[in-house]
Amino acid sequence: MNLLSYNAQWVLLSTLLLGMAAGSVGVLAYWKRQSLMSDTLSHAALPGVVIGFMIMGSKQLPVMLLAAAVSAYFGAWLVQSIRNSSRVKEDAAMGIVLSVFFGLGIMLLTFANRMPGGGQSGLDHFIFGQAAAMVRSDVTWMAIVAAVVLVVILLLFKEWKVSLFDASFAQGLGLSVRAMNSLYTALLVLVIVIGIQAVGVILIAALMIIPAVSARYWTDSFAKMLILSALFGGGAGLIGTLISTLGKGLPTGPFIVVSASAMFFISLLFGASKGLLVVRYYRKRAKGSGQKAIMAGGVTEGGRG
Amino acid sequence: MSYSAWILLTASLVGMSCGLVGVLLILRRMAMMADAISHSVLLGIVVAYLVTLQLSGIHMFIGAIIAGLVTALLVQSFHQLGVQQEASIGIVFTTLFAIGVILISTKAGNAHLDIQHSLMGEITFIPWNTVELPFVGSVPMAVVSLSIVLLIVLLVLLLFYKEWKLTSFDPVFAASIGIPVTLMHYIFMSLVSITSVAAFDAVGAIMVVAMLITPASAAYLWTDKLPTMLVLSCSFGVAAAWIGYYVAVWLDTSISGAMAFATGIIFLISFIAAPRYGIIAKHRRSRASAALTEHA
Repeated sequence: MNLLSYNAQWVLLSTLLLGMAAGSVGVLAYWKRQSLMSDTLSHAALPGVVIGFMIMGSKQLPVMLLAAAVSAYFGAWLVQSIRNSSRVKEDAAMGIVLSVFFGLGIMLLTFANRMPGGGQSGLDHFIFGQAAAMVRSDVTWMAIVAAVVLVVILLLFKEWKVSLFDASFAQGLGLSVRAMNSLYTALLVLVIVIGIQAVGVILIAALMIIPAVSARYWTDSFAKMLILSALFGGGAGLIGTLISTLGKGLPTGPFIVVSASAMFFISLLFGASKGLLVVRYYRKRAKGSGQKAIMAGGVTEGGRG
Repeated sequence: MSYSAWILLTASLVGMSCGLVGVLLILRRMAMMADAISHSVLLGIVVAYLVTLQLSGIHMFIGAIIAGLVTALLVQSFHQLGVQQEASIGIVFTTLFAIGVILISTKAGNAHLDIQHSLMGEITFIPWNTVELPFVGSVPMAVVSLSIVLLIVLLVLLLFYKEWKLTSFDPVFAASIGIPVTLMHYIFMSLVSITSVAAFDAVGAIMVVAMLITPASAAYLWTDKLPTMLVLSCSFGVAAAWIGYYVAVWLDTSISGAMAFATGIIFLISFIAAPRYGIIAKHRRSRASAALTEHA
């Protein structure tokens, strides 16, 4: 670590925590079958980031993050109301919110870049992420929020499990599924908001989708999946940031995503629970002993279709 | 033609081809697939550029069609391997897009390709990049390619109109009477890809998503008839292009951003006031039926 400056070590720590937080929230999103919601909300955060900048007239991270959270939340609300009160389906609603909010964000960005000091503010970095452009206070904010998200998920582990897998039982326990849903959306928004500076609005969703899916190949247990996904996410954050610091001006987000995808491919092939090799091995063995049916049920897990 | 006339023509062509393709996307419930393909097209363009060192014409289209089909194939095969459909889309397009961005920033950075461009498009430069055509004179490159794409989309749509209708509304029945549903799926994915790449150069990835999904969704709130929906969706796309352009000129801001935002305004109006499926109409109907039950 001697090669890296003090600041770089802090940046690494924060992307590690960010990856872990994103990986854990991603598991919740995975079981809610809402993987693409994170993509929608991260695009929807862009107008907020820019408005926050315009209100303050300079890059004040807390204000920008707050505005981003409001904007993303508004996007979530819109997707829900379009889905609930019209015949437009959820995926189309997500596409609409994603692209229209992003368009608005780009419009605002051109205004902001014209403001005094706007051109040098590095607002453009919010689109693809530039970990190297983060200053100490940004890093501190990121690390604190990521840690809070991790703690909330850990403390409420049982509640998540019950509300995700057995909603009626949760209600029997007096656990409000609605409250858990709101908390989940809040965590999602928080991770997006702290992630956009390092990973960018376009690709932050990948950090929530890919580690969770990779973890699914190793285990059937919710707890283990959560831990693995956090490790994969943290690892991807760390490796991606390291690679992007090797060259000058390399965007961080894409390298983090490619690191996560590499882990996905390894998991897809070698995963101990559903990896292709394992499945093939069991199929062969089952065939040999004439028990084809053993694995057939466990292998696939259909989507919404 | 004047500078702004060319821009308006370009954007209207985008609105029309995206409007047509978008209707099928909405009916087939594949809206997010458009998001995926419009992003991964970037990788196709970059690779085509790195291989041929040319940034125009047929290379880009071939690269983009391959990228689009690869996206569709990968999403499908991961899904069959047990990944949820949504998650599978999310993995494939973010990875391909990330690879595209990395290639741009490390290898192709000083070319005409840059990341900003790929997201927001450079519609303002379109009138300057012209080709000489017989009979018509000098025409912007983008107008030529978008016109060709619109023609292809129209042709494929009209030639197989009955097949599109059946496979979109009732794929099981379509398969049972011998329509090659899978082949139609991949033909459709190719259509989405060529529309994306032609529009991509003009207006950028995000605007393509806006133009593909939003006008068609708005049209879906106005009618149940496929032909009406196609015409409405096209008109909404063109209207968004014009409104967006004049708003952008008025406020001096990003043209493609304003056009994407304008599609949202059109959707919002439809969402509230569409005569059949808007929320006002719905509200009225539910009140009317409540009144009826009271009388009875």
